[in-house]
Amino acid sequence: MPENAPPDTQESISAEIASIAAAHEKAGPGPLLDYPPYRSSILRHPTFAPVQVDPEEVELAGPVFGARDVDPTDADLTAQHPGEPVGERMVVTGRITDGAGRPVAGQLVEVWQANAAGRYAHGRDRHPAPLDPNFTGTGRSLTDADGWYRFVTIKPGPYPWRNHLNAWRPAHIHFSLFGRDFTERVVTQMYFPGDPLLPLDPIFQSIPDTAGQQRLLATYDHGVTRPEWSTGYRWDIVLTGPRRTWTQS
Amino acid sequence: MTDPTPGTPGQTVGPFFGLSLPYAGGPELVPPGSAGAIRLHGQVLDGVGEPVPDALLELWQAGPDGAVVREPGSLNRDGWTFTGWGRAATDNAGHWSFSTLRPGPGRPGAAPFFALTVFARGLLDRLRTRIYLPESESSLAADPLLSALPAERRATLVATAEPDGYVFDVVLQGDRETVFLESRP
Repeated sequence: MPENAPPDTQESISAEIASIAAAHEKAGPGPLLDYPPYRSSILRHPTFAPVQVDPEEVELAGPVFGARDVDPTDADLTAQHPGEPVGERMVVTGRITDGAGRPVAGQLVEVWQANAAGRYAHGRDRHPAPLDPNFTGTGRSLTDADGWYRFVTIKPGPYPWRNHLNAWRPAHIHFSLFGRDFTERVVTQMYFPGDPLLPLDPIFQSIPDTAGQQRLLATYDHGVTRPEWSTGYRWDIVLTGPRRTWTQS
Repeated sequence: MTDPTPGTPGQTVGPFFGLSLPYAGGPELVPPGSAGAIRLHGQVLDGVGEPVPDALLELWQAGPDGAVVREPGSLNRDGWTFTGWGRAATDNAGHWSFSTLRPGPGRPGAAPFFALTVFARGLLDRLRTRIYLPESESSLAADPLLSALPAERRATLVATAEPDGYVFDVVLQGDRETVFLESRP
């Protein structure tokens, strides 16, 4: 960008998003890595196509986690401080399977998120929204024998992030997931249904396939609420080590 | 063969993964200085050669005997159990470092390697690659992946030996771009 150019507006970013989406109607299920509307990706995406390889034995296995690694209390993000965090208390739960529907059992799930005001308890987050002394926003859990995970947390707020002028991230929870083997390792973000910021967000929109986008949306589920205490969302995860298109060309 | 159910897409790890993912002992698969310990380290660099200070690397490897490790305890290391897995964030200079053991070959004559996963702010999904050990030229020459690559691309997957281990840079973009991998369908 020339030195004196005005900052990008939401309108210009949205126009870039629309033009890339039109060119990728039949793209794969994953994000494009070369996605200029997300400005930080410009110098950080590979330009060569990925090389196809037959995985070796070590890559068809993955790290093992167990009771030594995770404390059961790590899954309750509202119980890490003396007081209750501010915000909408909620349960987030779902089942993790592989592409054939087999449960991913006993595997590690890690989450991190902003607080209800949209502020991370991280030294580099300069958004002038309040920190919550009762909320750090980080949790861990192991899936059970049938692939289920369950966290108790509060609903994160949206926040501005300076990708362009007045850029706002939709509310999201970061998820780090291990599959049955090393090739299925995924880090992603869970979003909330109906969030008006989703169409404007270059990170969410880097997935040109709308069915792929839908797979990142949780569903409100009254059946997983804790009555008179918390709301509840369900989000199921499928780990396949997806193949993808990396570049726009 | 295609998977019957499409997978959940990835998204960038973002700038604030430091809240949750790095942990004490993450880069130390074995205690530094212990018997057989080596240092595996390098930088993560972007398309103009600038260091990437907000990347996260995960290492997964066989033991020195070439066998796949099936031991829990990576997040809460006891100092004695080799779990085969570790995690290291880059520092302000884009530098990362693991203390680990040399992996053995997965089958007789195979070229030993470390499997590596790369995450970073600005990287919309994780990248996978391999770090091959440089010593056994005959096994490197026979490796199905390496032998199919042009020489300059192949060189991006082979570590450089140092007195105490190996150095390996992850180059996300450009002339020296690391070869990144996807599993064949």
